[in-house]
Amino acid sequence: MLHFKLNNLATAALVLLVAACGPKYNEDADFSLKGDISIDGSSTVYPITEAVAEEYRYEAPNVRTTIGVSGSGGGFKKFSRGEIDISNASRSIKDEEAATAKENGLDFVELSVAYDGLTIVVNPENNWVKDITVAELKKIWEPAAQNKITHWNQVRPEWPNREIHLYGAGVESGTYDYFTEAIVGKSHASRGDYTASEDDNVLVQGVSTDVNALGFFGYAYYEENKAKLKAIPVSDEDESNGKGAILPSLQTIKDGSYAPLSRPLFIYINSAAAQKPAVVKFVDFYFENAAKLSREVGFIPLPDAKYTEEHQKFKTFVAESAGKPAKQDNVAPGNIGH
Amino acid sequence: MTNSELNRFKDKAFQGFGIFCTFIGLIVLAIFLINILIDGLGRIDWEFLNNLPSRRAHRAGIYTAWIGTLWILVLSSVVAFPLGIAAGVYLEEYGKKSRIANFLEVNISNLAGVPSIIYGLLGLEIFGRVFGLGGSLLTGALTLALLMLPIIIVTTREAIKAVPRSIRDASFALGASKWQTIWFQVLPASFGGILTGVILALSRAVGEAAPLIVIGALAYVPFAPTSPLDEFTVLPIQIFNWISRPQAAFATNAAAAIIILLLITFILNGIAVYLRNKWQKKVKW
Repeated sequence: MLHFKLNNLATAALVLLVAACGPKYNEDADFSLKGDISIDGSSTVYPITEAVAEEYRYEAPNVRTTIGVSGSGGGFKKFSRGEIDISNASRSIKDEEAATAKENGLDFVELSVAYDGLTIVVNPENNWVKDITVAELKKIWEPAAQNKITHWNQVRPEWPNREIHLYGAGVESGTYDYFTEAIVGKSHASRGDYTASEDDNVLVQGVSTDVNALGFFGYAYYEENKAKLKAIPVSDEDESNGKGAILPSLQTIKDGSYAPLSRPLFIYINSAAAQKPAVVKFVDFYFENAAKLSREVGFIPLPDAKYTEEHQKFKTFVAESAGKPAKQDNVAPGNIGH
Repeated sequence: MTNSELNRFKDKAFQGFGIFCTFIGLIVLAIFLINILIDGLGRIDWEFLNNLPSRRAHRAGIYTAWIGTLWILVLSSVVAFPLGIAAGVYLEEYGKKSRIANFLEVNISNLAGVPSIIYGLLGLEIFGRVFGLGGSLLTGALTLALLMLPIIIVTTREAIKAVPRSIRDASFALGASKWQTIWFQVLPASFGGILTGVILALSRAVGEAAPLIVIGALAYVPFAPTSPLDEFTVLPIQIFNWISRPQAAFATNAAAAIIILLLITFILNGIAVYLRNKWQKKVKW
């Protein structure tokens, strides 16, 4: 009996040992490549970049990649000071952020890596909303709607006289910026009397338990909670990119017919980083794997041609940056400690 | 009903109300704990503690996070502990009636109520940028030390206040200097109380994510820090990151990480409680 137990233990130890023997590196793994890559920015883009960094460990085992989640704005702030190499962003860089980067002698390039479809959702028991137009969404969400548009029938007369409860992204997020830009027409402008959360799971929870709810959040959160939510087709009243109201799906987000709520997600690379071999190889690796990895973590890949185009854009940028001085002396303190 | 009967009834009613209030807190806590244990306990295994972050929930682990949390706790206590106690001793024993002490006292009480994210901004600017420490463990530890200081100072003062006047008088009567009295009588006698403050401060620091995110602590760190100047991540950041992911399996990971975080807190508190009890047995007056 004791013998048997010992045997078992030995097997277990062996299994553990084999498991602990660590990762299997890729065949073409480059052990000679060394260095640090620091990435920060949007928490929306984080899962994609995390997936790429995870796989990159097997490609370049001696490169240390770190990723933070201080938000699109926080990321750009560090990016324009030259404190990080790559910035994850769920919105484009703002003029003043770009100006700071220029002041610090940094050029940069914007590359889209995947799409997200902001999904308009209601409770599954809501049987009156079959579709919605962008104009109606604007009527609901614009700043002037505050305390005025409080019932469904104020939006469309045939909808019932019931209260409307709104759920949406918190004002600090890139998602909020994008949504207000696309729907209200002005970035960062909306009514304030709605349930706001930076955590989309809170919004899912809210909409799925409130019959009178209307909310918006990333497609991945809808996809994971399909049983508890009902997505609403959105019409932009523009027949040129798909007729009528369109539901978000892999296809409609990818081909752009789910307009205007299909949005690209970006990474930004600056000219100092583009001169580091570890970073260049990382971005190359990013584009070779973005299609598969972005789908795996819940986002919608760009069309293949678009990936090739973005990758080409990066290669050109690297070539352009090669001649420029790295301007390391101009970089703000805060990047030591690597 | 006579007056005394009425009073007795009031007395009973208030007692019942008090018990009810006590139990509300305990029951809510129990529900939270049981919930977390049901969700997360099955997820905890050797690999979970030993794996690096991953996009696949079942392969993701908290290796770098729990090591980061331990580093942060040890470093920030090393900074906050002596500073806090020394400040408490000064305010209580030396600077009792001066204007400066008054001014300091008001500010320290106010500091205890400042939201933690403000400390993060302060840490980012002073330790991260001016001192050039970046988003390193040291920046994080110094920032959390600031957060812990007011709690330690306030409890140190309370503990020192509780030492009877007679002990001091006796010490002075035997010819001890002020410093000797503090070092050999007052501090040992109040050390139990001081440790309580340290427990409170540590427990607060261990759960902080916001100030650390501000100073630049990361979410994805595939290597364990080996020096105080390394970049790092901590458990609360990992939990926060996982709980906001769309896939439900990450919520299970978060629950498991919460259990580990609680465990670390309990172990640290256990050590402090043990020390306190040992100390208090020695103190007799």
